Amino acid sequence: MYTEKVMEHFKNPRNVGEIPDADGVGTVGNPVCGDLMTIYIKVKDNRLTDIKFKTFGCGSAIATSSMITELAKGKTLEEALKITRANVADSLGGLPPIKMHCSNLAADALHAAIEDYYKKHKGEEVRKQ
Amino acid sequence: MDHAAGRPVDPRAIEAMIPYMKDSYGNPSSLHAFGQEAKNAMEEARSKIADLVKAGKKEAIVFTSNATESNNLAVKGVANRYKDRGNRILTSSIEHMSVVNSVKYLTTKGFEAIFLSVDKSGLLDLGCLEKELTDKTILVSVVYANGEIGTIEPIKEISKIVHSKNAILHVDATAACGHIPIDVKSEGIDLLTISSNDMYGPRGVGALYVKEGIRVEPLLHGGGQERGLRPGTENVAGIVGFGKAAEIAEEEMQAESARLTKLRDMLIDNLLKPIPYSFLNGHATRRLPDNVSVRYSFIEGESMLLSLDMMGVYASSGSACTAKTLEPSHVLLALGLKHEEAHGSLMFTLGRQNTEEDVHYAASLMPDIVKRLRMMSPLTPKELKM
Repeated sequence: MYTEKVMEHFKNPRNVGEIPDADGVGTVGNPVCGDLMTIYIKVKDNRLTDIKFKTFGCGSAIATSSMITELAKGKTLEEALKITRANVADSLGGLPPIKMHCSNLAADALHAAIEDYYKKHKGEEVRKQ
Repeated sequence: MDHAAGRPVDPRAIEAMIPYMKDSYGNPSSLHAFGQEAKNAMEEARSKIADLVKAGKKEAIVFTSNATESNNLAVKGVANRYKDRGNRILTSSIEHMSVVNSVKYLTTKGFEAIFLSVDKSGLLDLGCLEKELTDKTILVSVVYANGEIGTIEPIKEISKIVHSKNAILHVDATAACGHIPIDVKSEGIDLLTISSNDMYGPRGVGALYVKEGIRVEPLLHGGGQERGLRPGTENVAGIVGFGKAAEIAEEEMQAESARLTKLRDMLIDNLLKPIPYSFLNGHATRRLPDNVSVRYSFIEGESMLLSLDMMGVYASSGSACTAKTLEPSHVLLALGLKHEEAHGSLMFTLGRQNTEEDVHYAASLMPDIVKRLRMMSPLTPKELKM
């Protein structure tokens, strides 16, 4: 059902955990639907210096969470915002069609975390400029 | 350990089938000796299945292509035949989809359907049955024992209530038949669905017991086979294998069900005791000997299945993530479980090949699997974290 790449990320997920002093936190999904993920980011000089995730859900929910942390780490915020659900699925060698919507929320969680960062640090950005 | 999904065919059943594919391939409808040889084999199988459920006359057994067809034939066949008497159908909220969707289909044809509630262990609410059973009720369809949670229903008591209003009782014994004793006469069952593969017979064949005097409208129309209830040239080899499986099930039931019950309780204990926030689904004692259904909080079933699969253990889950739909099992929700609780369910169905060693191995994997997934889950409470 799943590609080798999905299974590999499920078995050895990258960047699992929380960042206690995160600069941005994004949570999407709902345990009622079977998928809930939270992404924590650290930002320095407009770049994602650290990123971690926590996910409740199926194999593809865990694999997509892990994959997005790899895709996003080290990227500028603008670059990270351009990562789409399709990019995540493609990087994993594809997902079963039924999982494309319900368990492919990682890009949304990342974007939510970046939005959260912008909201919290709006003042600072303005000051810097 | 996912026998509910599929069982191997008993080698003795395979042996019995081979001659009816290779040499004795006659058509039971042919009058010549070659055809009659096939017919005799088919009738012998019918007797064996009748014996297994204590049906008395073998003519009460109608062969179908699987349990789904038997359920369709029973539900639609009775409803259509007795629609002059009323239009109300009662069924439980933990039925197999072949009953659920047959009943739902009938609601588009002028029938009224009521899905009766069950308690948190899965037992039918008899008060609810009595209340909903009106003079307009023509059919009550209830599962003998649900395959997902294993709970065995009080069929005898249900039958008394159903017959007090002259309604007809259909019982889906797909998961139960061949595993626990069933006596259609003493339990007051009018129609009984019987599955072949669930008792180690071949797939592609099933049966419906129809009590003498009960009329059923056929789903198919054709050449009059199976007393016109299920026309079409019979699957003789499959039927012979099914008959052999029924014979073996009857002989070995007592010993096998005692063995499995011991393994079942051992597995339940070992799955629950070492792990906090773990629970049993279904009834603790009124339970099929092969069924183990548990749930773990804060994690999701499919990720548990994948983890077990990597270690060579095959199980099943009622989580939406393992289904073709995006809803968790309606059976688990009917027990009153919340969606997120149903997502965390894990089911094992034991079979003839499973040993005590298998049970210990499977259970020994779970603490680490649950711990790993809980560490990843944002729902896990802080105090559980290591």
